[in-house]
Amino acid sequence: MPFKLLRQGFRRTKALDRILPVQQPLARNYDVIIIGGGGHGLATAYYLAKYHGIRRVAVLERGYLAGGNTARNTAIVRSNYLTPEGVAFYAESISLFKTLSIELDFNIMYSERGHLTLAHTDAAIRTSRWRAEVNKHLGVDSELISPDEIRRLCPQLNLSSKARYPILGALYHPPGAVVRHDAVAWGYAAAAARLGVEIHVDTAVTGIIKDGNRAIGVKTSRGTAHAERILQAVAGSSSHVAEMAGFRLPIRTIPLQACVSQPLKPFLDPIIVSGSLHVYVSQSSRGELVMGGSTDPYPLYASRSTLEFKEGLMAHMLELFPFLAEIKVMRQWAGIADMTPDFSPIMGVTPVDNYFIDAGWGTWGFKATPVCGKRLAEMIANGRPPKLIEPFALNRFQRFVQIGERGAASVGH
Amino acid sequence: MTHPPGHRLPPPMGTLIERQAPLMFSFEGIRYAAYTGDTVASALTANGISVLSRSFKYHRPRGIVSLAASEANTLVEVNGVPNVFAERHILSEGDCIRGQNYLGSLSFDWNAWIGAFGRFLPIGFYYCSFFRPQGAWRFWEPVIRRMAGLGRVNVAAHHGYYDKAYLFADDAIIGGGAAGLSAAIAAAEKGRRVVIVDENPVLGGALNYGRVDADGMRAGDERNRLLARIKTFSNITILAGARCEGCFADNWLSIVQRQRLYKLRAGRVILATGALEQPAVFRNNDLPGVMFGSAAQRLIRLYGVRPGKRAVVLTANDFGYGVALDLADANVDVVAIIDLRHGSPGGVMKSAAAARKIRIDTGAAISEALGRGTVRGVRVVRIEPDGSAGAAFETINCDLVCVSVGFAPNLALAGHAGGRLVYDAQTAMHLPTNLPAEMAVAGSANQHFDLDMAIADGSRAGRGPQGAEQFAGDHSAYGVTHPRPLFPHSKGKEFVDFDEDLTVKDILDTIASGFEDIELLKRYSTAGMGPSQGRHSSVNTIRLTARARGKSETDIGTTTPRPPYSGESFGVLAGRSFDPVRRTPMHHRHLDAGAQMMVAGSWLRPAYYGKTQEADNAIVKEVTSVRSGAGLVDVSTLGKLEIRGPDSPEFLNRLYVTGHLKQPVDRARYGLMTDQTGTIVDDGVICRLAHRHFFVTATTSGVDAVIRSMYLCNAQWQLDVDITNVTAAYAAVNVAGPQSRKILAEVCNDIDLDKDAFPYMGVRVGHVANVLARVMRVGFVGELGYEIHVPAGCGEFIWDRLLDVGRKWGLIPFGIEAQRILRLEKGHVIVGQDTDGLTNPLEIGMGSTAAAKPFFVGGAALNAHAQRGLGRKLVGFKVEDGSLMPKECHLVIEGGEISGHVTSCARSAAVGGIIGLAYVRPHQSEIGENFTIRVDGGRLVSARVVTLPFYDPTNERQKL
Repeated sequence: MPFKLLRQGFRRTKALDRILPVQQPLARNYDVIIIGGGGHGLATAYYLAKYHGIRRVAVLERGYLAGGNTARNTAIVRSNYLTPEGVAFYAESISLFKTLSIELDFNIMYSERGHLTLAHTDAAIRTSRWRAEVNKHLGVDSELISPDEIRRLCPQLNLSSKARYPILGALYHPPGAVVRHDAVAWGYAAAAARLGVEIHVDTAVTGIIKDGNRAIGVKTSRGTAHAERILQAVAGSSSHVAEMAGFRLPIRTIPLQACVSQPLKPFLDPIIVSGSLHVYVSQSSRGELVMGGSTDPYPLYASRSTLEFKEGLMAHMLELFPFLAEIKVMRQWAGIADMTPDFSPIMGVTPVDNYFIDAGWGTWGFKATPVCGKRLAEMIANGRPPKLIEPFALNRFQRFVQIGERGAASVGH
Repeated sequence: MTHPPGHRLPPPMGTLIERQAPLMFSFEGIRYAAYTGDTVASALTANGISVLSRSFKYHRPRGIVSLAASEANTLVEVNGVPNVFAERHILSEGDCIRGQNYLGSLSFDWNAWIGAFGRFLPIGFYYCSFFRPQGAWRFWEPVIRRMAGLGRVNVAAHHGYYDKAYLFADDAIIGGGAAGLSAAIAAAEKGRRVVIVDENPVLGGALNYGRVDADGMRAGDERNRLLARIKTFSNITILAGARCEGCFADNWLSIVQRQRLYKLRAGRVILATGALEQPAVFRNNDLPGVMFGSAAQRLIRLYGVRPGKRAVVLTANDFGYGVALDLADANVDVVAIIDLRHGSPGGVMKSAAAARKIRIDTGAAISEALGRGTVRGVRVVRIEPDGSAGAAFETINCDLVCVSVGFAPNLALAGHAGGRLVYDAQTAMHLPTNLPAEMAVAGSANQHFDLDMAIADGSRAGRGPQGAEQFAGDHSAYGVTHPRPLFPHSKGKEFVDFDEDLTVKDILDTIASGFEDIELLKRYSTAGMGPSQGRHSSVNTIRLTARARGKSETDIGTTTPRPPYSGESFGVLAGRSFDPVRRTPMHHRHLDAGAQMMVAGSWLRPAYYGKTQEADNAIVKEVTSVRSGAGLVDVSTLGKLEIRGPDSPEFLNRLYVTGHLKQPVDRARYGLMTDQTGTIVDDGVICRLAHRHFFVTATTSGVDAVIRSMYLCNAQWQLDVDITNVTAAYAAVNVAGPQSRKILAEVCNDIDLDKDAFPYMGVRVGHVANVLARVMRVGFVGELGYEIHVPAGCGEFIWDRLLDVGRKWGLIPFGIEAQRILRLEKGHVIVGQDTDGLTNPLEIGMGSTAAAKPFFVGGAALNAHAQRGLGRKLVGFKVEDGSLMPKECHLVIEGGEISGHVTSCARSAAVGGIIGLAYVRPHQSEIGENFTIRVDGGRLVSARVVTLPFYDPTNERQKL
């Protein structure tokens, strides 16, 4: 048993260290205001304070800390994308994730499980091979494997050729991992707060204060605050907040649902994804099967759950794992995904001066949390986006220079 | 009074068991007797077994608490199925039951040491440790994973039969207790169609087991009266043994009854879901033998089981005195009633208890339960004026502790539907607010515990329509809920959440760590995240949090209840898994001809005809036949759309890149469709059958998206056009090859097939083998050919006739694999294979197809693409003979960088050698340029750009 727990156990009378900070009154002026207290916003605040010496930072959160998509995603991390831009970006994210527990002094429970994207059609085999080739070229460990190799990695899968959609192969990505998603946000929040960052929860931004075309502050439910630079990182509300700032986004906002089973003893190690069946599943360290599918078929801002989602998902789960028929769903929920036309995110400058954006994270935002924070902090500190995130600029849609990740991003969250 | 041996009580106790039908089952490998109607929990109690499982974290022995699935402690494995609530599974002969979550045996769990080390495992310990040095978690995680989880999955389990049914009701009433039955009667009297849903095998709710008066007769009488009245209505449907698991938008209910999922759409939903008893929090309150008063009552009346021999009742309301009376009636020695309330509150029940000379201590509490494995006694304390526990003044020996200190209205379904639960400090319970318009709450779910009030409230809700849900307040002593039944102990182990093994200290430590918001508290401590989803723990968690933060419970709020209410099995949600396979009308002909079928979206299509081990030869034979004689391919899976109306030319002209405004009647044109970003999304053939009538084909996998986009566009454009998807209405074949005209001439005499009379890209309507057909001359495979569309019912007939007459011209069927090679030889792209999520027409050399017209979807984007110049181009290439064959999606490498990828590649007999299509950088795209492809194993293969098409470059053959 680790020494820290022993020490803590013997000194039981001593109060535990506070992890999350006590909320301060909202000040009038900050160097940087970050709208959105989710993973991305908190990470950005941390890297600003830690590596750029910018500590007069306020993170404003409408609800409770990291209660949006950071709390609602299915916690999968991977870098087996399709475009060179995407692969390079997510590869950096994975390398940051691997050392994040030590960086933040908080166990985010990074658990490398291996990630299998099943291919049920020859079209899916082709896409898998394409991703594998691009990944390998960029030094990311991915491979197209045969049903025999799949059986070795996940013997429980239904690999029968009689299945409705027989499994013809898979894209195997050994670094694929699951992470305790909330812990990532809490770890960043705690570490940022230790460096002086202020975190304001229950603080809704109601307007952006501008001087001409320059953003200079925000109105909130707890008063007004000014800042040299402002970042919006509000997945699920991106279009609303951008509208307050005075510009439009090419985003459609669609719910994405997920559910978990009752806790079970460990039986499934790898993360299993099937694009054709619209399923992805992993088993958490608590023993729950964490399951999701494709986004809802229509745009909506409400995070309600539907029965139809579960019915479809479970039918497909049983295609893959017929023996789970008597296992029970314990809880379902929804997050709100900001979908871009090319299934890639938007990061960078906006038409409003001093106002930066981090949006369009669709169904793949969680896995980018560390790299996003690090690079957005760099952007805010220097006033311009670093090379790694340059291709993801908002104006790429005006220029029609998109980064097509539909094939790699649509289901395999 | 005499009793049967063991723990059984004589009739009339045991209304759910059939004593004349005994059965045997096993628990932990030992055989026991039970009666038909017994649940696992009741039968085990009757056999004197109180430990059912081991707890999640500390592996403490656990038994019955609520007997209502309010906590996870009764989850057992039944015949190999894990996580089954013992109080819900009705036993069958030979059932094999096992406890869960132990190492060794249920009675001696090697992992129970963890409990002793609890002090070293504070709340959230895994966040603060196990991660140094780098990679340490990789070692610790498997250890912790093995400890976590409850049931064990049987990976060989059989997938049984499940189905689904739809139901409709004016009023769906959830819960068939006093309030629910009264609501049903009131609604039925108004002529409304009513469905009553109740999770128990018989209706009546608490009237079946509770005690509402001193002599214990009234509950049964009321039940009989209400049920008799219910029977008189033909417009009431009863679903018993059925649990409403979710309430979704617009009163869409998910109801599970055994292996069936009912989906019920209701005009109104009336939640008469009752209230759940809540635990008192004291040291060792999880010891088997400590249970809710209602659990003891259920054992007694429903199953005829005596829950113990010597009982202490801890209470704060009249309900608890009723429990004491029931226990006394069941020959349980009630040693004491400990009443948390000061003074001498209480009504008739208390008087009755006093009259029976049961000892009553008011202003007292239990600070600790004693015993190992099961309860052996309790320590009783005085309650100090501030509500905390004082010093212990007495130890009472007992083997049963019944706790009845209050309720939580069962409002999870209201939460699913968007209702908000607000804590009412006056009653110490949550009230439903913000309910949807067509939802009402009645009975004890609405805080009406007194029977008369519950009945009146049910009638009110049943009559409807609902006005303001004014809570009148139930001031009877019956259902009083104690505002703070929390007695922290210096030695801990006072459990707030049984599922997750959380004690008072865990909750307080969580708050001290900064996780103050109730949502954060839940996520950090995991309170309420277990299988019971907080049904027994959330209210006490809120109370503890309120006190620790110096706020009111109302300010603390609640977490959002999420569906399902208590767990739906994957099988019941999936049902029979409606994922139909689409077959073309000629499907069985393909099978008869030995075709290997492949999945194409929802369709099955012939890949080739022949054995799998001879695939290559079969495909070559099919290709050769088309090039030299004739072949017949089933193209019924193509999307087929009828576009009619005065604006149909304008509509297609806006939707497709290609021009259709001036398309002549009887002519077909290639149609290329892009989205707003100029990305190719589909292609097909657009035939003008008449001035205002087009017949359009779309790709097999693309047609659904095409039709959606047509509807969406026309919702905006408002053109006078009718769009119909007729994909399944037509069968289609393509007869292709130099002999195809002669073959068609054999069976078609009302179309002039002369090459000038019916030229390439012409469309004709006529009879083929006496079947009215649409015939178009198209050339996907690059030979003279006719695509023939006939009503689906005639597909098999046409297929047979053509093969019949074509035999002498060498006609054989060919499949998708041959078609892919044939079209590749012609350099024709397949949308989705040779195009990807960003391909624009310029990149595949179809920029010229973009007609000069003021508007089409994607037009602006294409202009932008054209101005910026191309980033890549699709080219045809050949690979030297003898080199390794590239596969589709292998990369094109230039100077160590990715410069493109192969999209199609095959060996071609007609062209000679390996040919393919690939994206390359524009400067690599000139004819004769060489580029490098990285194939399997990282080896590099040189390819040369050649002119397209590879075969018949002047397109003579298709125009013959």
